[in-house]
Amino acid sequence: MDKGKAVMGTGRRWAVEFSDQSTVPSSRDILDPPGFSRASQEQDDSANSRQKKDAEATWKLQKAWEVAQSPFKNLMMMGFMMWMAGNTVHLFSIGITFSALWQPISALQSVGKIFEPFKDNKVELLMPKLVFLALNLGGLALGVWKLNTLGLLPTHASDWVSSLPPPQEVDYSGGGFVFH
Amino acid sequence: MAIRVFLTLLLFLSSAILSFSLYEDQAGLTDWHQRYIGKVKHAVFHTQKTGRKRVIVSTEENVVASLDLRHGEIFWRHVLGTKDAIDGVGIALGKYVITLSSEGSTLRAWNLPDGQMVWETSLHSAQHSKSLLSVPINLKVDKDYPIIVFGGGYLHAVSAIDGEVLWKKDFTAEGFEVQRVLQPPGSSIIYVLGFINFSEAVVYQIDSKSGEVVAEKSMMFPGGFSGEISSVSSDKVVVLDSTRSILVTIGFIDGDISFQKTPISDLVEDSGKAEILSALLSNMLAVKVNKRTLFVKVGGEGKLEVVDSLSDETAMSDSLPVADDQEAFASVHHEGSKIHLMVKLVNELDNVLLRETIQMDQHRGRVHKVFMNNYIRTDRSNGFRALIVMEDHSLLLLQQGAIVWSREEGLASVTDVTTAELPLGKDGVSVAKVEHTLFEWLKGHVLKLKGSLLLASPEDVVAIQELRVKSSGKNKLTRDHNGFRKLILALTRPGKLFALHTGDGRIVWSMLLKSPSNSQACERPNGISLYQWQVPHHHAMDENPSVLVVGKCGSDSSAPGVLSFVDVYTGKEISSSDIGHSVVQVMPLPFTDSTEQRLHLIADTVGHVHLYPKTSEALSIFQREFQNVYWYTVEADDGIIRGHVMKGSCSSETADEYCFTTRELWTVVFPSESEKIISTLTRKPNEVVHTQAKVNSDQDLLYKYVSRNLLFVATVSPKGAGEIGSVTPEESSLVVYLIDTITGRILHRLSHQGCQGPVHAVFSENWVVYHYFNLRAHKYEVTVVEIYDQSRAENKNVWKLILGKHNLTAPITSYSRPEVFTKSQSYFFAQSVKTIAVTSTAKGITSKQLLIGTIGDQILALDKRFVDPRRTLNPSQAEKEEGIIPLTDTLPIIPQAYITHSHKVEGLRGIVTAPSKLESTTHVFAYGVDLFYTRLAPSKTYDSLTDDFSYALLLITIVALVAAIYITWVLSEKKELSEKWR
Repeated sequence: MDKGKAVMGTGRRWAVEFSDQSTVPSSRDILDPPGFSRASQEQDDSANSRQKKDAEATWKLQKAWEVAQSPFKNLMMMGFMMWMAGNTVHLFSIGITFSALWQPISALQSVGKIFEPFKDNKVELLMPKLVFLALNLGGLALGVWKLNTLGLLPTHASDWVSSLPPPQEVDYSGGGFVFH
Repeated sequence: MAIRVFLTLLLFLSSAILSFSLYEDQAGLTDWHQRYIGKVKHAVFHTQKTGRKRVIVSTEENVVASLDLRHGEIFWRHVLGTKDAIDGVGIALGKYVITLSSEGSTLRAWNLPDGQMVWETSLHSAQHSKSLLSVPINLKVDKDYPIIVFGGGYLHAVSAIDGEVLWKKDFTAEGFEVQRVLQPPGSSIIYVLGFINFSEAVVYQIDSKSGEVVAEKSMMFPGGFSGEISSVSSDKVVVLDSTRSILVTIGFIDGDISFQKTPISDLVEDSGKAEILSALLSNMLAVKVNKRTLFVKVGGEGKLEVVDSLSDETAMSDSLPVADDQEAFASVHHEGSKIHLMVKLVNELDNVLLRETIQMDQHRGRVHKVFMNNYIRTDRSNGFRALIVMEDHSLLLLQQGAIVWSREEGLASVTDVTTAELPLGKDGVSVAKVEHTLFEWLKGHVLKLKGSLLLASPEDVVAIQELRVKSSGKNKLTRDHNGFRKLILALTRPGKLFALHTGDGRIVWSMLLKSPSNSQACERPNGISLYQWQVPHHHAMDENPSVLVVGKCGSDSSAPGVLSFVDVYTGKEISSSDIGHSVVQVMPLPFTDSTEQRLHLIADTVGHVHLYPKTSEALSIFQREFQNVYWYTVEADDGIIRGHVMKGSCSSETADEYCFTTRELWTVVFPSESEKIISTLTRKPNEVVHTQAKVNSDQDLLYKYVSRNLLFVATVSPKGAGEIGSVTPEESSLVVYLIDTITGRILHRLSHQGCQGPVHAVFSENWVVYHYFNLRAHKYEVTVVEIYDQSRAENKNVWKLILGKHNLTAPITSYSRPEVFTKSQSYFFAQSVKTIAVTSTAKGITSKQLLIGTIGDQILALDKRFVDPRRTLNPSQAEKEEGIIPLTDTLPIIPQAYITHSHKVEGLRGIVTAPSKLESTTHVFAYGVDLFYTRLAPSKTYDSLTDDFSYALLLITIVALVAAIYITWVLSEKKELSEKWR
């Protein structure tokens, strides 16, 4: 629009104005038809877009909540898998436990990225993020708990004592049967 | 659910009993077995013109063996029991070897070619007496060939064909001891000459058909006889009287006895105590007086006449008939590093049939025995071979001026064993030099690959076997990375120290103990024990390691001791010293000086201890630890254990500042009417314990009571000290104690009613396993006792442990009175046991195996898990996971768990284990009459690839994978390109 004006001003012979200037009454040569209220349309238009935006925001929020709750399903599945794996240390249980630990950690690392699409100044993402964090932390805790049930965490006194050598003895005694 | 099932299966498999075993083709790869016979006592040659020439020997280790005369190999061998000492050996009928054993009460015939037993006869024996075997050559009684045997007061004639007793004659009442059985040729009458109480000579003429006494003659000799006797002819013997200064010729022509006395001083000026060397020389006698050997001719009337004398010590053989009614004998004497073998005719001593000079290894010592044999050469002249037994018990065959073969029989009587490192390999010797070429290397690996893929032909299998033995480089004389190559130092009873290579068991060096500074008092000290003297580890790396051999001059406990320091790499004696005091105990202290010489305390009979090495540095180290050194003695005869503490220098009595007095601190007295000490045991001082905690399946902690100052003592009631089964269960009980040797405190006492020794025990870390006989159950039992420290049990707070706020590693003393508790369990064990040992590894992480030397002279490896007091009938899931085996009443004997596989370590006496550098592996050396060595991995070789790992297969797999990746990449590129063009 500004550009067109500028072009005209530089002495072009003709120009076709494509832009609709109907919204700007001051530049209008033709009066509005009677009964036409420009203001109402304008109002309606803005309301429409707001409505649209609102819908989008709620949709985003809804999606964000969905994403935020998604680890829960994961959590359930993990729990089931862990139960299946049993409490002995072998390849299967270790794999499951480490995936159970790795998933929440990677999710927590990329929490900003996951909620990027839902970023909107109208959408309050704090709560979903918190829920997401909490669930993932829950998953992590489950993983750690599993690790512990497998006995891979040094939480017992035995884990700290096993590496200690026997104490030195101050006294020394030798002897035995007499040589014959 | 499938996963659950799979997991359960996995669990089951992981908890299944691991048994040590090896494949058939792995036998002999890491283990070796050497067969010995011991010091030869008697030898009988069997050299007929046809067939293989052999010599039958009987030895001090109660072995009867047939040796190949050409190579010295053993054709066959029988090891009789420890109480079945062989008294005589002979050949009957030209096909049977006759042995008399057990003080003349057992007579056996063995088939000469293959050693099968033909018959065995138990002879009646009433009393202990000298025994005698006489196999008359041409005595024939009614198609039977009697063997005359005297033993236990009875004279027996036994048929050589089937061992039946033809007749027996009772001499028990008179106390008559047969010395000689003589048989005049062409007569059925045998002359039996003997002494009654060594003061009366009796000659019986006995009819060999019926055993009837035809005539009897006796004569008193007032001076008494010494018992040494030499037969000179069919009717004459020469004996020494009890003062060893008069030679008495006893003639018994036609049943008449006559004595003729000849004082030794008549024969030679410098008289002294005499000794008869020869047992059987015709008309000749060899007498040793003052280190001189006299040859005395015995005249027709019993007149003695010195015909020759040799200045040096001489060993003599019996005389042997050679052609034309002549008899010859062999004598061997030393001259510097040479020995001279001479064969002379008995009647003409100037006529030397054979004179040979042979260079002899100094470390074989003197010649002890000579056995001679003759053969007819192709030019019809007589040839002679001599079998000689040396001071170090080695057996050599001399023929035509050379040593044809030699056998190191000293190794049959190993008394103490230790191990030593080999020298470090020189830099620059790369693997490429060992593996000749790349082609060879590849060929070898392709062969191995074929073997592992089961494609190998029988020839290939042989080649693989050869390759395995060769390529492992196990026989090199340098230290290897895994510590598999080591020296086994074995001290033998004759005082010779051998260094054996673990790779193939060859003798790297050997050294006979010498008396220091050639002191007259003691010509040859006998070795008692062996200690690691210097093991350069961190310091003094340029010095060679050395061992200390403690010896003694003489047999009584107050005899002065001798120390000898031997360089392990070279086998040379660095120094030796006559320490001037007796040795009753040697204590290696846990301190070393700056050159890594270990401090040793040697206790003497008067209660003083002497510090070695005698340097001021050692003295200052010792004085720093003076208060903490204790000493205990076990007086088994009195049933007393005494603890001593160092009191001070004994400089008030002697000027020796390295001598210290001791003070008695405590005594443990066992009531002599109810208890008798039969066994004591401590932990091995060099054992490494990895951890002080024992973790249960439920993460519960038990603190092991790991102390070097614990003494295991087993006592039985005096009645039960005899043979198994000699008492009723009510009369016998077995009590075991665990005694702290610092304070004398009894930490634990356990009594087994109705049980009996002998007790064989092994003590390691915090546990003792012992084996005894249960009279009630009529079975052997094994009991395990584990000792735990209750006073440390409070240390269970994780945070304190994480922050290090605990005193678990602080030095401890026995005076802190630790509270201990024990856990124990007993099991039946199906076998009688000779010895028990336990595997030892470098860091003590690897699980342990008990090595049980069974009565069958084999070694059984039994996991320690089988003797775990936490075993229950129904272990929980968690306990099963931990590896706890359900409790059974009997310990299993798995045939594959015999580490000796097809071999027998005859006369097994001890098992020694030593760690290798690789944590999983331990050296095992067993000794008895035989030697056996192997390497064991109680938890499998988890820290290295096995020998038969196919590197070629790995390489080929990698190459194939890389090729496959490349090909698929090229293919995918092509496909992508064609996709794009479409």
